[in-house]
Amino acid sequence: MESQSLILFFLIALVLVGGAIVFSTLVAPKSFNLVKSEPYECGIPSEGPAWIQFNVGYYLFAIIYLIFDVETVFLFPWAVVMKQIGLRAFIEIIIFFAVLGLGLLYAWKKGALKWV
Amino acid sequence: MSSNLYDFSTLTSSIHEWLSGFMSAGWVVFTELVLIGLLFLLFFALLGLFLVYLERKVCAIMQNRVGPNRVGKWGLLQTIADLIKLLIKELIPIRKSDKFLFNLAPFIVIIASLMAMAALPFAKGLQAIDFNIGVFYIMAVSSLGVVGILLAGWASNSKYSIIGAMRSGAQIVSYELSVGLSLMAIVIFSGSMQLSTIIESQANGWWIFKGHIPAFIAFVVFLVASTAEINRGPFDLAEAESELTAGFHTEYSGIKFAFFFLAEYINMFIVAALAATIFLGGWMPFHIGSWEGFNHIMDFVPPIVWFFLKTFFIIYIIMWFKWTFPRLRIDQLLTLEWKYLLPISLVNIVFIAFLVLMGWHF
Repeated sequence: MESQSLILFFLIALVLVGGAIVFSTLVAPKSFNLVKSEPYECGIPSEGPAWIQFNVGYYLFAIIYLIFDVETVFLFPWAVVMKQIGLRAFIEIIIFFAVLGLGLLYAWKKGALKWV
Repeated sequence: MSSNLYDFSTLTSSIHEWLSGFMSAGWVVFTELVLIGLLFLLFFALLGLFLVYLERKVCAIMQNRVGPNRVGKWGLLQTIADLIKLLIKELIPIRKSDKFLFNLAPFIVIIASLMAMAALPFAKGLQAIDFNIGVFYIMAVSSLGVVGILLAGWASNSKYSIIGAMRSGAQIVSYELSVGLSLMAIVIFSGSMQLSTIIESQANGWWIFKGHIPAFIAFVVFLVASTAEINRGPFDLAEAESELTAGFHTEYSGIKFAFFFLAEYINMFIVAALAATIFLGGWMPFHIGSWEGFNHIMDFVPPIVWFFLKTFFIIYIIMWFKWTFPRLRIDQLLTLEWKYLLPISLVNIVFIAFLVLMGWHF
């Protein structure tokens, strides 16, 4: 039952967006103009494409994020059973966080967290 | 006593029985799914329109203006008029854009926010899907929206769009960590990820009160991080109008633009509803210790009213952020997350684990 309902919500969203866009294309005016369909650049003719290489800073943050996000995924099951397991879970999580904290500290000292 | 009076599961089960009276089992399921679908569609659209209206009114109050007051009583129909206007505006095609991804982006943004909404508990028994991993599910699905934003920025082939999308990507993925860790704080306390179980565990007091200071720290971290995650308030770098025109949706026009706008407001509602559910007891009424008389009066307010009161209180706080704080720079934004919020929430988790281990929470 649960997975069917998820498909339902997916379909509602599809119908909502698709229906509105179809309706809009039917009623809205259409006129083609070469200058109008240029990407916006403050009114001057656009200079080259936007599909170029960009700052590596974004990439570094994405990589650090990946590590920490996987760690969050691992932590959630631990969080659920923490109450039942007790001391052993607590000691294990301290070791886990010590390793993780060292990783964060390393990235910090290496300057990966600095925006350049 | 009064909690049974307001239980929606009796209503839903009676609808189920009524439908079963004259239909085969398959058709009953189908009719119920269509009913749920229509209800959510209606709620989604009305909520989006109302939140846009609310934002304009709150902004007006903060800036000592009147706000929209011409269309309908107190300007209530203003956003509906805006929607109709957006529907009949031309959808301008961008010549050098990636057509397929350009059209796909609004779909992804709306799908992510609507699917996240499916798991929200509005009142007792009034929850479309009660996952046993509810908290995790909402986090996972709502963060899919960033894919739509990145696609929108990339596909438009405009420099403003791509800068906005890249900023937004870096920002959303960074702040997601703090959101996850602060929600985890309450998962440790209640020992469950199911939203209905988390609410049940707050029957004798909300976690923000029961969890001492660590729960309060988690709440504040959640508020800040989720404001950043939904691209709002002082963290709206992705659409900083003074530098990037409109950020990732610069090239979108008409109804496609409206969907990005709608998704932003619905995401704000989801975040506020999640905060209300996890930290402020969801639809549980406000009780003070052993004041029987006071508690009894509070029980008479329906749970759904409590839910919306708490949610709109948090929405008001998030709007307050937006209209009072100046926008951060991207380096300040990333410093705030990686050098302050993330270490704070990591230490906070250890602290909470210690509290739970010692049994020092109520």
